[in-house]
Amino acid sequence: MSDFSFTEHALSSWMKADGDESDIVISSRVRIARNLRTFPFPLVANEEQAEQVRNRVVEAARQASEELGLLYPIRLDELNEIERQVLVEKHLVSPTLANESQEAAVVLSEDESLSIMVNEEDHIRIQCLYSGFQVKRAWERATLVDDALEAHIDYAFDDRRGYLTSCPTNVGTGLRASVMIHLPALVMTHQIGRVLNAISQVGLTVRGIYGEGSEAQGNLFQISNQITLGQSENEIVDNLEGIAAQIIEYERQARSKLVAESKIRLYDRVMRSYGILTHAAIIDGKEAAQRLSDLRLGVDLGWIDKLTTTLLNELTILTQPNFLQKTFGATMNTAEKDMYRAQLIRDRLLKNKE
Amino acid sequence: MLCQECQQRPATLHFTKIINGEKNEFHICEHCAREKGEMIPGTSGGFSIHNLLSGFLDFDIAGKSQSGNAAQPQQLRCDECGMTYAQFRKIGRFGCSSCYKHFDDKIDPLLKRVHGGTVHVGKVPKRGGADLQVQREIDTLKQELQERIEKQEFETAAQLRDRIRELELQRSQR
Repeated sequence: MSDFSFTEHALSSWMKADGDESDIVISSRVRIARNLRTFPFPLVANEEQAEQVRNRVVEAARQASEELGLLYPIRLDELNEIERQVLVEKHLVSPTLANESQEAAVVLSEDESLSIMVNEEDHIRIQCLYSGFQVKRAWERATLVDDALEAHIDYAFDDRRGYLTSCPTNVGTGLRASVMIHLPALVMTHQIGRVLNAISQVGLTVRGIYGEGSEAQGNLFQISNQITLGQSENEIVDNLEGIAAQIIEYERQARSKLVAESKIRLYDRVMRSYGILTHAAIIDGKEAAQRLSDLRLGVDLGWIDKLTTTLLNELTILTQPNFLQKTFGATMNTAEKDMYRAQLIRDRLLKNKE
Repeated sequence: MLCQECQQRPATLHFTKIINGEKNEFHICEHCAREKGEMIPGTSGGFSIHNLLSGFLDFDIAGKSQSGNAAQPQQLRCDECGMTYAQFRKIGRFGCSSCYKHFDDKIDPLLKRVHGGTVHVGKVPKRGGADLQVQREIDTLKQELQERIEKQEFETAAQLRDRIRELELQRSQR
C-alpha cells in the first residue's frame, strides 16, 4: 500500500473555490453505492470475506487506473486514530468507514477529488467531490469510475430493483448527489426554516456538513436527494441542480436586501468577526465556524479583499479538532484545542493580510 | 420553536403521547430525544434512518393481518446469508443481495414509502445488463407503437413493429 500522505495538507482540489457559484456553493459531491455479487454485505461478512472484498476492489481499481489515472489505496487499519479522523474532516471518507468498518480501505486520486471507499455500509462507495456548483460533472466522473470498476467486478444488480445495496434507502441507482451550500443571509433573515421545509417537500434532504445526524455549522448546509429508486440518475441530478439553483437565487436576494437595508450593521458584524478571529487567544469550534461564516460573507461582498474563499475553505477544515492535533503534532484536550485553533486562525489570517 | 427540554436548540421532533387517556404534547430537539431515549419509542441507541425504516415495515404487517392474510413474515429467512426477516426489520439493512429475492413480496410497501417507486429505471451495468437494455428499448418502442396506432400513423407504426420484431428475435437467439 502507498505511503502517500493525504493527511498532511488541508487543501484538496474541492476547496479551491474555482467552480461555478463558488461564493455560495462550497462543493458538489456525488457518491454511488455498489456491491459485489457473490459476497454478503459488510454488515454480515466475516473477516475473511471482508478481506477478499477489499483485495478485489483494490485490485480492480489498480487495473482501472489506466483509464482513471494514478490512484492511491490506503488501508484504514494502517493509519492511527488522528489520521483516520483527518480523512473524515477532509470529507474523503465517511465517519462510518473510519470508525465502524472492518477491513476498510479507501482509494484516492492524487487531487483527492475521487475517493473509493471499500467495506463501508456497502462494498464499494465511489465518491467524486468538486468545488463549487458542479453536480453534473461529479456524476459524469463517478459513472466513468463505475464503468471502469465494473469491467473487473461483477456487481449485485437486479432487473427490477437496480443496484442492490445493504440499506433499502440506497437501492436502485445507489446515487446520492449533494451540494454544500453557505446560506448566511437566509439564516440572518430567518427565512432558512421555510426554505429547508420546502426542500424536504420535494424529495430532498438537508444535513449538517459531516453528513447524517451532524448539526449545521457556520451556516453550511448539505442538500441531497432522498430518492434513489424509480428515478434515473439524470433526473436525480437535474432535480437537485434545479432546486439548488433556486436556493442560490434566494440567498442572493436575501444578501442584496441585507446590504440595501442594513449595510452598516452587516458590515459591523463582518468586521467584528474579522477582529475577533485575528486577535482572539481562545476560540471553540462552534464560534470559529460562525465567525468564519461572517468572514466568508464579507469576502463575497467584496469588503475584505486581502482574503480568498479558498483560504476560508481551508481554515474550515484546518480548525477541525483532529486536523489541529495533526498540524501541531500533539494530543490535546478541549481547552488546548481552543487555544491552538485561535493561534492557527490568527497566523493564517495575518499572514494573508500583509 | 425551541426545544422544551434544553430551551436552546430548535425543536425538531414533535409528537403526542397518550397514556390512559391522558394526552401530552412534546416538542424537543434531537439531542434531548437521544438523552431521553426511553421516553420515545424507537429512539434508544440513537435516532437513525434504520429505526424509521423498521417503522414502515411494521405498518405493512399491521395492514396484512387486517386483510386476513395469516402469512408469517417473521419466519422468512434468506438462504444465502441466513438473515431472517425479523432481523431485517430490526436493523433495517439487508445481509446480502439475495435477501432482496427472499423478502421480495414484503419490501414493496417499504420501497414505495421511501422512494415513491419500486422499479429501477436508471443505469444498467454494461456486462450482464445487456438483456435489460434490450427489454427497455422494446418497451419504449411498444409504447410509441401504441401512440402511432392511436394517431393512425400506420406507416411509422409498421416500421416500429418491424424494429420490435428484430429486437425480440435478437434476444431469443442470444
